[in-house]
Amino acid sequence: MSQVTVLGAWPSPYVYRVIWALKLKGVDYDYVEEDVLHNKSDRLLKYNPVHKKVPVLVHAGKPIAESAVILEYIEETWPQNPLLPKDPHQRALARFWIKFGEDKSAALFGFFMTEGEQQEKATKEGQEQLRILEEQGLGEKKFFGGDEIGMADLEFGWLAWWLDVMSEIAGVKVIDAESFPRLHAWIQRFKDIPAIKEPLPDRSAMLTYFKGRRATFLALAKS
Amino acid sequence: MNPVHKKIPVLIHNGKPVCESLIIVQYIDEVWKDKAPLLPSDPYQRAQARFWADFIDKKLYDAGRKIWTTKGEEQEAAKKEYIEILKVLEELGDKPYFMGERLGFLDIALITFYSWFHAYETLGSFSIEAECPKLISWAKRCMQKESVSKSLADPKKLCEFLVEMKKRLGVE
Repeated sequence: MSQVTVLGAWPSPYVYRVIWALKLKGVDYDYVEEDVLHNKSDRLLKYNPVHKKVPVLVHAGKPIAESAVILEYIEETWPQNPLLPKDPHQRALARFWIKFGEDKSAALFGFFMTEGEQQEKATKEGQEQLRILEEQGLGEKKFFGGDEIGMADLEFGWLAWWLDVMSEIAGVKVIDAESFPRLHAWIQRFKDIPAIKEPLPDRSAMLTYFKGRRATFLALAKS
Repeated sequence: MNPVHKKIPVLIHNGKPVCESLIIVQYIDEVWKDKAPLLPSDPYQRAQARFWADFIDKKLYDAGRKIWTTKGEEQEAAKKEYIEILKVLEELGDKPYFMGERLGFLDIALITFYSWFHAYETLGSFSIEAECPKLISWAKRCMQKESVSKSLADPKKLCEFLVEMKKRLGVE
């Protein structure tokens, strides 16, 4: 039994940020699957009473919630294979792009929650944000973190695996090699890293799950 | 200096910009680390400070905005929500400041909203102090520091500003 437990839900990209960080640093952990949609456990409600969400990291019995907060905790507690640069200005930039990812998530996921004309508009909005991300966040760098993967790469890790599944289900192409060459190249590089690739969820399971989610969102929008 | 969001605050240090207020506060804490540390040194305490600062940012601004942009039943609900949020924060501890004996990161994240209380109380006709006395005594403790009292906005001016905004937005 390890000192570290992750409460998670297998389809959640937020949970993967935490899993990737722990794997990149070689930290052992126990994983507990939570049924967040239908049946939140007493344990989850005890460890995250404020938001009642995953991921939650429990270390030596003490819980931490919110993926960005958890990542900073992991970085400070296990400093090997650093995920943040040393220079304060570079660190501020990494944090800026992580927050950008959080603040713009409605715009970025909009294409998946809509259909018809609304979806066209939402897709364009998402692509505008991705353009900003590609040009100003990633630029000419290999990774958001520079030459090595960092916390900001984990924030956008969903682009490397979830986006493709969601695009297929929603019937829109959000990113491709021609329209977003640098992001596209980053996606290939990111997915190639063993610690990233190894835990990724099964694609057909994701297709089934997210098809159901899209149906729910569209039904809610209509009601 | 802030091409992405085009917003303030922006800190410019040696010609380089830092954006997003809590990111700026962490930057300040890291660069000028030998004086008055703002975040605690223990990683778990730091995580708590960050979690609650994130909570404040996610909840308080929008809840406050609803108080002065609505009326009737909607406004009553907004006031209730605002007080509930403040009560959660009030329960965070019995120390003089949020993380201990010294004013720090989480105090900074919340104290700036204190200037707006008077405006919300006036426009919403309610008393925050009556519902959250512990929080108000914490706020007054912070205000005893010149670094806080001399830099926060004048509550009366903020109230006048919101009255003006209400007119402009057509919310009466």
